[in-house]
Amino acid sequence: MATRYFGEPIKRNEDPRLLKGEALFVDDVHLPEMLHAAFLRSDYAHARLKGIDVSAALEHEGVVAVYTADDLGDYWQPGPLLVPPPPVERLTFHQRTQVPLAKDKLRHVGEPIAVVVATSRYIAEDALQDIELDVEPLTPVVGLESALESDAALVHDGLDSNLAAHVIQEKGDYAAIRAKAEVLIKRQFVYDHGAAAAMENRGVVADWDSKAQQLKIWDTTQAPIPIRNGLAAMLGLSESQVQVIAPFLGGGFGPKIMMFYPEEVVVPWIAKQLGRPVKWIEDRQENFFATTHERSQIHDSEIALSKDGRILGVSDTFLHDTGAYAPYGLTVPINSQCTLLGPYDVPHYYSEFKAVFTNTVIVTPYRGAGRQHGVFVMERLLDIAAKELAIDRVEIRKRNYLKPDQFPHNHEIIYQDFAPLIYDSGNYLPALERAAEMIDYDNFIKTEQPQLMKQGKCVGLGIVSYVEGTGIGPYEGARVKVDASGKINVATGVGTQGQGHFTSFAQIVAEQLGVDIEHIRVVTGDTSEFGWGCGTFASRGAVVAGNAIHAAAVRVRKKVLKHASEHLEAAEEDLVLEGGKAFVKDVPTKSVSLGELAQMSNPLRGAVKPGSEPGLEATDYFGPERGATASGVHAMIVEIDPETMMLEIKKYIVVHDCGKVINPMILEGQIQGGVAQGIGNAFYEELVYDDDGQLTNASFMDYLIPTANDVPTVESDHVETPSPLNPLGVKGAGEAGAIPVGPLFAQAIEDALSGFNLEILKIPVSPGKLFELLQESGDGAQ
Amino acid sequence: MKPAPFDYHAPTTLAEALALLDEYGFDAKLLAGGQSLVPTMNFRLALPEILIDINHIADLAFVRNEDDGLHIGALTRHAELERSELVAEKAPLLAEAMPNVAHSQIRNRGTIGGSLAHADPAAELPAIMIALEARFRIQSQSDDRWIAASDFFVDLFTTELEAEEILTEIVIPPLPARTGCAFLELARRHGDFALVGAATRVTLDNLGACSEARIVLLSVGNTSVRAVLAEQSLQGKALTGQNIRDAALIASDQDIEPPADMHATEKYRRQLTKVLAERTLTKALERATSAP
Amino acid sequence: MNVCVTVNGKVYERVVEPRLLLSDFLRHELNLTGTHVGCEQGVCGACTVLLNGDPVRSCLIFAVQAHEQEIMTVEGLAPAGTDKLHPLQEAFRDAHGLQCGFCTPGFLLTLLPFIEENPNPTEQEIREALSGNLCRCTGYQNIVKAVKLAVETAERGE
Ligand SMILES: Cc1cc2nc3c(=O)[nH]c(=O)nc-3n(C[C@H](O)[C@H](O)[C@H](O)COP(=O)(O)OP(=O)(O)OC[C@H]3O[C@@H](n4cnc5c(N)ncnc54)[C@H](O)[C@@H]3O)c2cc1C
Ligand code: FES
Ligand code: FES
Repeated sequence: MATRYFGEPIKRNEDPRLLKGEALFVDDVHLPEMLHAAFLRSDYAHARLKGIDVSAALEHEGVVAVYTADDLGDYWQPGPLLVPPPPVERLTFHQRTQVPLAKDKLRHVGEPIAVVVATSRYIAEDALQDIELDVEPLTPVVGLESALESDAALVHDGLDSNLAAHVIQEKGDYAAIRAKAEVLIKRQFVYDHGAAAAMENRGVVADWDSKAQQLKIWDTTQAPIPIRNGLAAMLGLSESQVQVIAPFLGGGFGPKIMMFYPEEVVVPWIAKQLGRPVKWIEDRQENFFATTHERSQIHDSEIALSKDGRILGVSDTFLHDTGAYAPYGLTVPINSQCTLLGPYDVPHYYSEFKAVFTNTVIVTPYRGAGRQHGVFVMERLLDIAAKELAIDRVEIRKRNYLKPDQFPHNHEIIYQDFAPLIYDSGNYLPALERAAEMIDYDNFIKTEQPQLMKQGKCVGLGIVSYVEGTGIGPYEGARVKVDASGKINVATGVGTQGQGHFTSFAQIVAEQLGVDIEHIRVVTGDTSEFGWGCGTFASRGAVVAGNAIHAAAVRVRKKVLKHASEHLEAAEEDLVLEGGKAFVKDVPTKSVSLGELAQMSNPLRGAVKPGSEPGLEATDYFGPERGATASGVHAMIVEIDPETMMLEIKKYIVVHDCGKVINPMILEGQIQGGVAQGIGNAFYEELVYDDDGQLTNASFMDYLIPTANDVPTVESDHVETPSPLNPLGVKGAGEAGAIPVGPLFAQAIEDALSGFNLEILKIPVSPGKLFELLQESGDGAQ
Repeated sequence: MKPAPFDYHAPTTLAEALALLDEYGFDAKLLAGGQSLVPTMNFRLALPEILIDINHIADLAFVRNEDDGLHIGALTRHAELERSELVAEKAPLLAEAMPNVAHSQIRNRGTIGGSLAHADPAAELPAIMIALEARFRIQSQSDDRWIAASDFFVDLFTTELEAEEILTEIVIPPLPARTGCAFLELARRHGDFALVGAATRVTLDNLGACSEARIVLLSVGNTSVRAVLAEQSLQGKALTGQNIRDAALIASDQDIEPPADMHATEKYRRQLTKVLAERTLTKALERATSAP
Repeated sequence: MNVCVTVNGKVYERVVEPRLLLSDFLRHELNLTGTHVGCEQGVCGACTVLLNGDPVRSCLIFAVQAHEQEIMTVEGLAPAGTDKLHPLQEAFRDAHGLQCGFCTPGFLLTLLPFIEENPNPTEQEIREALSGNLCRCTGYQNIVKAVKLAVETAERGE
């Protein structure tokens, strides 16, 4: 094919609408007669709810209705368990999912209790102030270790303890190898992940058309199809009566997955009750209390090594905070458990975790989804081992990398997608070497750093590796159709939140059909356009939906070639598809446009050949056997002011391998954005709960999202190891930038402050925390 | 997060505004730039019944130089102070601090009067005013008085202003000869309220010794705090590196009782105070040495 | 209360409650939904519009305060009635300076006067100018690139 689309940095199709303020976001939906909802939320982390009096709220002018749990009747049901526990032998799981409106008990600050529906959001908020609650405060359960003590208060009364799950996975025999190991290193690590804080908060608009018996819902969801299916079932409607649209989304990053959030469940029900459209838009404060996030794990870890720094085995036992409910099952801690192994050959692995209920906001995947926690443990163990054994930190990684001939590599444990953790392909050494070269590792360590240190400057380097299981199943589907105008329509079920799917998906189709991407209209996230699929999560959009689109496009290409060959009386092998036309190779004048072919294949008169389908259209599906393993190396140089502990990033390098690249410009953007979130997680952002279970920094004033002044320019490069598991050879990349930044900071800071004998075992760090650490280590800042 | 209802007045003269304040007293709030008030109203932490918007009182916004110093109208926006050549010339310390006040979009609205009346202990302007020995004009229907900046700030978000009073004008006296100033602050992200900041001013005598020093710290107490003991320790002394370091230590150890919060512990604030006191003193000395 | 305001050159007159935020007024009364709301606290910058030419947070101004003032929103950037983009918008597209695009209108309006006033900004000046706008997707790198590109284009007089 002459013009290449796949692999090119093509400008995005969706940009003009976004740049002109014409793209539709959920809060932009305006409907006649629309009402506005506001939720009354718990101020308590843990309390008994003994009574609610909404009478005064109902009196407010402009208030149309107020609902509590009791008003929902049979519609009141705990939400679905979105991901059941994987088939692991040694596994206990206690299912507790969130409820639409709290009944009897309040389990975290921000849990919705009642909803006011009024003619404006302002009035709805006025009326919230007049709802009276009879509440008996209970001891809040905060803190992972104390939650499991025998006398701890119970988040869920029906359980014996706050244990949500207990899982043990094992490979080989760690105890046996430990006994033989020459070196053992043991530490406790704490890794805390934060809020996704997409710039757009959540929102739902629901409109019930009683004449058509149709429910239309605009929802900030990454997964409109599961939401449609679930809501239809709950509301007693057929799936074809419910349309869920995820229009443009202002970022997703995980928490906008098919959560069946209380508001997502209640607002459509209200619209149906009242027969009027209802809108609910989350505000930023609610976003901190009512949208899921990620938090802490505490790991007790040990690594067994030979004297020459080869890993013999790893043992890791951790506690995972799941918040008040666990609707997303075990995805986050299983990811931590599996991703810990990284790019390394670990013959023996013992991993055990307990997930714990606490009176805090629910924990579900946020970009990285527990992978950060695992990567932190492994990279830190290797750093400490390198120091103790006096082996260079790059060298110890090289010695332990899986070799190219070890793929596919079976880690013998079960991953989040229920399949065994088998790495499909990988070649780790070149990425490490490239990163070391780009950051000028040898020169920095041997020359530059010692010189700068002599001048009293504290400069340090970090270099770490990670792998990321991406593109998991079960499946996605797509339909590709050539219109009579020659335009191509592509529909798929996943939602899109800024990843450039309108463009990268178009590129996949363009590659097959030879049509410029401006002529390819991609529709995502509208259940009336495509009704099968799961959603955008786990870096799977490009892999799973991308391959489904590829499969459908390949089938359309076949149809095009067949029709064109008949029309042009030429062999299919001699035809070229380019510029929206099919023509005979070397005879460009002998051509027919795709639009004409589409018309011919859909005649309005005459007879068609028996067995032929009308139109140039195909639908296909793709379900990978298991996830594709992406990988990479990040390296960074920092300078720290030894008096104030203020840190500046001098250089940041990413070398990554996500298989075949569809659009390098979009990929770079994903990496840069991921790194920025990783930096936020490592150094700026922290959800601070006090002992009463109050989130004390629930605003952008105190929850510190990095700004343009805090994020460096990222220089990056690629290594390409195509995945054998899908025809496009792609691997996911959406989360990669964010994953290894915690250990990178830890290593670089320790290096910069090497004079102080400091060990960073907790993320996030901050200048203030570094100062405290130095005080503890007795050295103190100067 | 939507504000509760209120009645809105937009007087165009000071007299009208004062009359409205006199009538409504505690139920009313002045609306200047709104950059502190409106966020708290959006959170429903502030629930004024009456809002008196002073943005239409044109003669409250001015910067002009007079014999007794630089006069600044209370409604002058941060952005204007940042841009003003007069400010840069007559009150370089103020000019130096301005880019640290929030972000440009907020400086386009926020006013000096609003910032001073709001009295946030982490705000830059109160500290600057104390360091520069500014005086504030406060007017009500029945009174028109002047108060020194150092007497104005009472406690956390509390000033000497009564409910029916408006801060109308600020006067910054001319700097004495051989005087240098410096401002520095440290924040988690630039544009955030400071973890600690220091506004420092030193005047040298004919022999080059320190005849007067002012060190005003922000974010280390309920108001901006003068490091009085540290200032005294420098009086009459040569500003050697050692004397500066000693003074910085006195400031951080003896002059303040800094609060702890999620961004900084008490000890860390003391450390930053020491560093910033030393750095601003050093810089101010440099500038004083080369000053006329 | 009566509000009469010029937005993107067009005069609008509405009766509103004094407490209505300018952001809500633009979005829900005038249906100019390109101005976005991310925090209503003045921090994120998504709601930035030009008030008499200066970038301000529309979530921290009441609609009634805009009475007889001039506002410009993202809808006013591109030449009306054409498919064309404003050169700054074009630069954002070329440099991939947006992903989800939610923050983008705020960035554009912050940058419009900045570029006019700073024909030759350094990277640090650009980053400083951007620091009052949060973006969760891009890591800012390509926004900085877009600004450089827009400045170069302006210099070439395109
Ligand atoms: C995101 C963000 C970041 C910020 N960062 C900083 C920062 O780093 N440093 C900083 O100093 N500030 C910061 N601010 C606050 C900003 O500088 C405000 O503009 C300023 O503090 C208040 O000024 P204003 O004119 O907006 O006052 P308003 O918000 O209008 O009023 C504040 C208070 O003062 C009263 N008041 C106003 N004018 C008068 C007057 N003339 N007489 C008597 N009372 C009056 C009002 O009634 C109200 O109680 C920030 C604000 C935001 C939103
Ligand atoms: S919505 Fe106005 S600054 Fe965030
Ligand atoms: S592009 Fe999504 S927040 Fe900036």
